[in-house]
Amino acid sequence: MVLRIERDRNRFREMIKGRIKKDFKKFISEGEMIGRQDGKIVSIPIPQIDLPRFKHGKNEGGGVGQGDGEVGEGTDAGQPGDGHGAGDQPGEHLLEVDITLDELAQILGEELELPRIEPKGDRQINENQDRYTGIRTTGPNSLRHAKRTYKRALLRQLSSGTYDPGDPRIIPIKDDMRFRATRQASTPKANALIVYLMDVSGSMGDEQKEIVRIESFWIDTWLRNQYKDVEIRYIVHDAAAREVDRHTFYHLRESGGTKISSAYILLEKILREEYPVDDWNIYPFHFSDGDNWGSGDTELCLKLLGDAVLPMSNQFCYGQVESPYGSGQFIKDLDGHFKDEEQFVTSNIPDKDGIYPSIQAFLGKGR
Amino acid sequence: MNLTPELAAHRDRIRQVALDYGLDFFEVVYVLLNSAQINEIAAFGGFPSRYPHWRFGMEYEQLSKSHTYGLSKIYELVINNDPSFAYLQESNEDVDQKLVMAHVYGHSDFFKNNIFFAHTNRKMIDSMANHGNVVRRHIDRIGQETVEDFIDVVLSLENLIDPNRVFLEGGAHHVAPSRAGGEPAAVGKIRAKEYLDSYVNPPEFLEEQRQKLEEEHRQRQQVPDRPERDVLLFLAEHAPLQRWQQDIVEIIRDEAYYFLPQRQTKIMNEGWASYWHTRIMTEKVMEASEVIDYADKCAGVFSMPPGNFNPYKVGIELFRDIERRWDRGQFGPEWERCTDHEEKLRWNRPTNKGKEKIFEVRRLYNDITFIDTFLTPAFCDQQQLFVHRYNERTRRREISDREFDAVKQQLLASLSNGGNPVIKVIDANFENRGELLLEHDHQGLDLDISYADATLGNVQKLWNRPVHLRTLLEEKTRLFSHDGQEFNADS
Repeated sequence: MVLRIERDRNRFREMIKGRIKKDFKKFISEGEMIGRQDGKIVSIPIPQIDLPRFKHGKNEGGGVGQGDGEVGEGTDAGQPGDGHGAGDQPGEHLLEVDITLDELAQILGEELELPRIEPKGDRQINENQDRYTGIRTTGPNSLRHAKRTYKRALLRQLSSGTYDPGDPRIIPIKDDMRFRATRQASTPKANALIVYLMDVSGSMGDEQKEIVRIESFWIDTWLRNQYKDVEIRYIVHDAAAREVDRHTFYHLRESGGTKISSAYILLEKILREEYPVDDWNIYPFHFSDGDNWGSGDTELCLKLLGDAVLPMSNQFCYGQVESPYGSGQFIKDLDGHFKDEEQFVTSNIPDKDGIYPSIQAFLGKGR
Repeated sequence: MNLTPELAAHRDRIRQVALDYGLDFFEVVYVLLNSAQINEIAAFGGFPSRYPHWRFGMEYEQLSKSHTYGLSKIYELVINNDPSFAYLQESNEDVDQKLVMAHVYGHSDFFKNNIFFAHTNRKMIDSMANHGNVVRRHIDRIGQETVEDFIDVVLSLENLIDPNRVFLEGGAHHVAPSRAGGEPAAVGKIRAKEYLDSYVNPPEFLEEQRQKLEEEHRQRQQVPDRPERDVLLFLAEHAPLQRWQQDIVEIIRDEAYYFLPQRQTKIMNEGWASYWHTRIMTEKVMEASEVIDYADKCAGVFSMPPGNFNPYKVGIELFRDIERRWDRGQFGPEWERCTDHEEKLRWNRPTNKGKEKIFEVRRLYNDITFIDTFLTPAFCDQQQLFVHRYNERTRRREISDREFDAVKQQLLASLSNGGNPVIKVIDANFENRGELLLEHDHQGLDLDISYADATLGNVQKLWNRPVHLRTLLEEKTRLFSHDGQEFNADS
């Protein structure tokens, strides 16, 4: 039963989305809200959606409270409590609103004008449907199709004149029998793999990691919205690379030198062994402060990317965060080498405000 | 959904018990709902439907989030109507349902008998539905956004009514705007044969003419002759509004007056209903097996976060205090004159007028007179009431006083005008330019200026010319103005 209030509720949610859209640039770099994920729903604090009215200043006057306490002691009295008149006073405090990840992704897409992602053309997978939608003339009794059988028998009797309306008994013969059968259907299966690679050498501080966290949240949200199934893998590296789980990825504190090639080697290995290119849309994202150890290693990286990683990926994105210790050389090397590759995108992320244009750069091409 | 046979039996029993106690209520129709339906009804303020607006959606979102429907929401789910409708949540246990039913009969009795409700529309359910229809028709004709934006504007002014108006002859209730100084002249139509009439005199033309006449009429008036507190009424009568806009202002105003007494008697009403659910449950209706659950529920209703003021608790305790005092003769000139604290505590002249007195109180008083008349130092102490203020120096809210006089004064101040500032219309032709002048009746509290900015802007949207607000800010007289584009302050 659809409630009458659904209409009002939808109006309200439209307003919320409008609010979010309006402040989206600011919103996108807010790290706080991400922490409040609960499955598919995010809780977002929205600054008051209330109607203005004439009222006294907030700290004006006092009030009366009840309970223990000496004169001069602090008190929580005066906080708006529950249970005031429903429906005749709009809320006057900070609202927490639930919004689904899908809705967020939608807003993201609209605000950044992200084109829909087109999975690579030949990503079709033949699936054996376990559905019996076909018909055939032979089969086991358990798969008998009663209606069809009956119809055939009726048809036969009518045409041969043996049908007697006064005594309508239909007896099917072997030729009448029909059976259910499976049917092969091929459905395009759009699977995506995201691999996050992060530089966790000593030069990546908390702020840098926070930027990576926020940006990856939005990338996740968008890609999940575009693909039915999304798998995510995490690789961290300093001078050596290893795969980790999500929690470790965001909380790790390492310090070491930086050998980016280690990450690419590991990446290539994982892709080669576990993700056949034909079945997967692959999106590696690498975040680093660009301070690679030695140009020899950088050479190796370029070779790995060019020969192995890029051909396997829909799109390879490199985001360089700024840290006081990094030289930032790596992005220049990459750009120099892969400037013309369509699948290759780099962007600089100097601070939280840089997240917005970076997402636009990464996801804007719609691959 | 109708009540189950068991619940119906409980209801009949409780109803009879309530009658035996002397309660006099509108018949109550109980409706059983699931939690989503309860949230919907609660969001609509207890009515099956309201005019379409996002505020109800917002309320619904908030309610749905908190998932539980606790007893603190009972009040909102009885409506002041004849018959009263009350809502029970399907999944609640019997002891809860019984508690709610008993509580609801208390409320219904209060609605029926308290004089501040005497002027209210007892068929408001129908009116609310009607309001919804009117608004929906306008939306169909004009467009959702336009209408909704306008409703937003008017809602921000909905507390600008005059509580005293209800006692005037005719009351505030039926708003057919009486034009001071007579009606404007009727619109002259161009002569046309009947079948050509709507072509030669199209509605837009007639509307235009009508507005022109109203405009001229308005400018000729000397308004208002005395400061007018019912700003909404003033705007309905004198602002250049189109017919549909006038409808909306009248609807919002009508609903504001309807809900007004509920705001004015919150403590009393909750106290009264709680008093009766307690007596009914503990003396007559509850099974032994239900006692623990009942106590648990009550603990929830009557508790509060430390420091906060709970109208249920204060209300019920004050009624009990009154009953006790009037049973024991603790009133009258002799009692007032007695200064011996001990003697007062022991005072017991069995006058036994307690029950009679509380019934009388529930009929004649509102929260302000209730507190003013019956709050005593002993009661304040017992209830541990205190005044709290925001301390600029330490930047936090603190307990500032436990003295009876201070507590009483603060409580009365907070209740005054429902906590809203008093704003009046002073002059509709300010500076002889047809501009509107409002005045804030400063009673010790400054306005919040950023809110005043936006609200004044809304007044301007209705008035269509610049509007001004005179007030005291930090002890200086200021004149704030809004011309539709920006907010300014002169001194």
